[in-house]
Amino acid sequence: MNALKKAGNSVNTFAKKWAEFVIKFKWPVFLLTILLALGLASQGKMEFDGDYHVFFSESNPELEAFDALQEKYTKDDNIVIVLAPDNGEVFTRENLVAIEELTASAWNTPYSSRVDAVTNFQHTSADGDDLYVDDLSYESATKTDAEIKEIKAKALKEPLLLHRIINEKGSVTAINVTVRLPGVDSAAEIPEVTVATRKMVDEFKEKHPQFKVYTTGLVPLNTAFFEASQSDLALIGIMLLIVVVVTFLLTRNFFATLSTLVVVLFSIMSAVGFIGLTGIKLTPPSAVFPTMILTLAVADSIHILVTMLQKVRKDGMGKKEALVESMRLNFMPVFITSLTTVIGFLTMNFGDVPPFWHLGNITAFGMAMAFLYSTTTLPALMAIFPLWRKKVASKKEEKIGMYTKLGLFVTRQPARLAVISLVVIAGLTYLATLNVFNDEFVEYFDDSVQFRRDSDFINDNLTGFYNVEFSVGSGESGGINNPEYLQKLNAFEDWLNDQSEVVHVNAFSEVARRVNRSMHGDDQTYYRVPDNRQEAAQFLLLYELSLPFGLDLNNQINVDKSETRVTATLKNISSAEMIAFSARAEEWLRNNTKEPMHSIGVSPTMMFSKLGFRQADSMFNGNIIALILISLVLMLALRNFKLGLLSIIPNVTPVLVGFGIWALYKGQINTGMVIVFGMTLGIIVDDTVHFMSKFLRARRELGYDAKQAVIYAFETVGRALVTTTVVLLSGFAVLSTSSFALNSYMARITVIIITAALIIDFLLLPALLILSSRKDEAVEAIPNQLKPELKLNK
Amino acid sequence: MKKSILTLAAFSVISLAFAQTPEERGLEIAKAAELADEGFGSSSVELKMVLKNKNGQTSERTMTTRTLELTEDGDKSLIAFGSPKDVKGTATLTYTHKVGSDDQWLYLPSIKRVKRISSNNKSGPFVGSEFAYEDLSSQEVEKYTYKFLEAKGNLLLVEQDPVDPKSGYTRRIVTYNKDKGYRIEKVEFYDRKNALLKTLTYSDYKLYKNKFWRAATFNMVNHQSNKETLLQFSDYDFGVALSEDDFSQVALQRAGR
Repeated sequence: MNALKKAGNSVNTFAKKWAEFVIKFKWPVFLLTILLALGLASQGKMEFDGDYHVFFSESNPELEAFDALQEKYTKDDNIVIVLAPDNGEVFTRENLVAIEELTASAWNTPYSSRVDAVTNFQHTSADGDDLYVDDLSYESATKTDAEIKEIKAKALKEPLLLHRIINEKGSVTAINVTVRLPGVDSAAEIPEVTVATRKMVDEFKEKHPQFKVYTTGLVPLNTAFFEASQSDLALIGIMLLIVVVVTFLLTRNFFATLSTLVVVLFSIMSAVGFIGLTGIKLTPPSAVFPTMILTLAVADSIHILVTMLQKVRKDGMGKKEALVESMRLNFMPVFITSLTTVIGFLTMNFGDVPPFWHLGNITAFGMAMAFLYSTTTLPALMAIFPLWRKKVASKKEEKIGMYTKLGLFVTRQPARLAVISLVVIAGLTYLATLNVFNDEFVEYFDDSVQFRRDSDFINDNLTGFYNVEFSVGSGESGGINNPEYLQKLNAFEDWLNDQSEVVHVNAFSEVARRVNRSMHGDDQTYYRVPDNRQEAAQFLLLYELSLPFGLDLNNQINVDKSETRVTATLKNISSAEMIAFSARAEEWLRNNTKEPMHSIGVSPTMMFSKLGFRQADSMFNGNIIALILISLVLMLALRNFKLGLLSIIPNVTPVLVGFGIWALYKGQINTGMVIVFGMTLGIIVDDTVHFMSKFLRARRELGYDAKQAVIYAFETVGRALVTTTVVLLSGFAVLSTSSFALNSYMARITVIIITAALIIDFLLLPALLILSSRKDEAVEAIPNQLKPELKLNK
Repeated sequence: MKKSILTLAAFSVISLAFAQTPEERGLEIAKAAELADEGFGSSSVELKMVLKNKNGQTSERTMTTRTLELTEDGDKSLIAFGSPKDVKGTATLTYTHKVGSDDQWLYLPSIKRVKRISSNNKSGPFVGSEFAYEDLSSQEVEKYTYKFLEAKGNLLLVEQDPVDPKSGYTRRIVTYNKDKGYRIEKVEFYDRKNALLKTLTYSDYKLYKNKFWRAATFNMVNHQSNKETLLQFSDYDFGVALSEDDFSQVALQRAGR
């Protein structure tokens, strides 16, 4: 014990010397830290990346599978522009002319490679041995009413159009613009496409006010990510305001508030420098870093300032003296809490989702810098600024009473409280297991986001946004014309169409049937796949020869005609249903086709569906390591192995409680929430550290028994814990207003967890501390007679 | 000072009046190229097409092309596929027209029938390759409007804008070699949004009958999809002396065998 005590003393001495040094050289220290902050900030560069690919690590198997499919066919993204005419009828001359116009201008979208609309659909028809392949409606202005009626009938009968480009009633239609982004700089390419698309849509709406226009697709999704990053970054404004108000309320001192503001701003500037130096591009999850740093860093300053001002106001210490004393008392706790927070955030690197690596690293760096600035810039500034003495607050008597009462309440019934708490925690832990993963990326955005509203409309009125794709092979070059292959493919197409989740199926077997019919004079009985390989191959050759620019089959058939792409468009279903659907389809292929035709379902939807599971799996180790590291730090800090071990209970249970309550609130968790264990662990551990260290101090230095020590802990840190919890809650409450669910859900559950942590630290932790100390000497506790407040001030 | 500006202005007006406009110069070059290639009569050539995707996976097709030169209207051509096996014997017959859309027939040996394709679509990919049909068909002067861009030594760059509204291109930039019978060295294709789509490079040129330059290799690179297609021609045969009868629907069926 002696050696450790010595170590503790040496830390005290170090902190005192540090404080005296900083105060003595206040100007050089302040200037140096300004230089450091500005120097780092000058390296800062904030760029945004909205490409949905950023959510997947390079080794993500779903991404690899999807990339492989895109390499085989075409690698592309899309924009779906949906038009709903006010008259509820797409097929009028005026509306068709407008659609033709928009289709033509859609070809001018940057990086566009094809445009599919109802008007330019390549309709095949036959007249004897003459084969006609032409736009379904070309130069619509010249069409007669009868011709328009015919066009409508053809369109609504066309499997390739119905539920994809046109709805059953013919009242809503889509123009699908395929773009092939070079992928050199998605941070520039995506906005370029978006700006062009929005301009085109605006001009269209002005010229044709009879249409309501909705936009969705992968490019708008990317744009929504992009814009979510920017709006979440902007949350920092509100947070700054809250920091100023809270700090002022707690310190009642203008200069203290100003110094705090300088410290948090320096921390953020440094983090921005870190972003520039590491070349990180911001994404919605990582764009919340300023609010995070602000929330977490302000606690450091508040601890130091509150103690200092207390020493001045209550004990009448001089400014310098109070500052040194405050640094001496707070250096270690601030260091420990910063360290645990840094560890918590760094564990995000164990996950499989790069934006959270970035969030973890940026925040960890920011927190490390916040520690530095809190222990240099802050005391230097407070030494520079004058201290205006004001009236001493007189309400303190009541406050102390409240926390003392709470302490008495707990010490009276520790066993009962422990049992009740543990039962509640156990119940909530059970509920926590009922949460299911759901990463529907459309639902990442709330109703305030246009992308979400438009996608919902399209989902309800035309087609689905989610899909699963299969590359179905034949095993031989040119084998897609093998009748056996075509029949199996056709059967797979039919099977998919029979599934309740499926809105539309795009398969090559449909092309084969259609061409076969045209080759037989449009005889409907020939609307089946050809039964002769040469026939099929030659029909396909003929058909391909008659397709126009950008409407070819390259996106559906691979180069040597050995594989084709099957796309099943699905209605809005949850991630679990999506995975189950894909598994069912894969199983159907295994049971009904030969080996080369077996295939796995891939798509961006599938990638997101499995993201949460993947993140949870990979974060598991990280969480264990965080728990071990943080418990070790605690044992060292408290210099007590038993209490370090005991601390695991109040540190782990808040997360279980959080997810248990979440199960009652939403029941669905997303990828963003996977990280909260490590993250909140680093934050809530602070409460435990403060409470336990005061408890131990009372036992060791003041010789109190367990119950007295608990009351002492309540009286000394109760208020501080409530205060920091309030600051943290306000920060995460700000984040929970984000329109982006990865951030808002993460923030909401963090709010629950932090609240739960405080309650647990006030009820369960003291009860456990008392119960675990039972065997020790049974001094008759007379807490009422204690005046710890007086002792604390010495 | 003022005087000199006026003089300069006067000179420029005069020089403009006498000089050719870029449009006239471009048309002149296209006509010169057509003239230089006039009189070959008919030719026959075997060719191999190699399709390559981004990852270097390839796929091959072979075909025989016969061409009959016509001066009053566009040329007639007949393409017969030798491979892949499934389409062996399939043949297309095309009558190019100087004005209006071309006529095209296809013979399908599997059903032993000739089908006429009534389609204005000449901009789609030819048998899955990076060549559009319009890139391969006879280059009639009337199908474009022209604008001379610049001369780089013996190379003349001319912008050509397709007349057909259904073309897949807004323009092509064609590089002619003035010293080598106005043969084409390179064509750059710009898509509908005026972005560079493809580059076609001609190489391994050979002079036939001391007049007609024919390239043995065409390499088309698609810059947007990173796919490419190589056409490799074996020796041209100008001695076949084909007639209109060799470009009839009957001949089309025969060609397949």
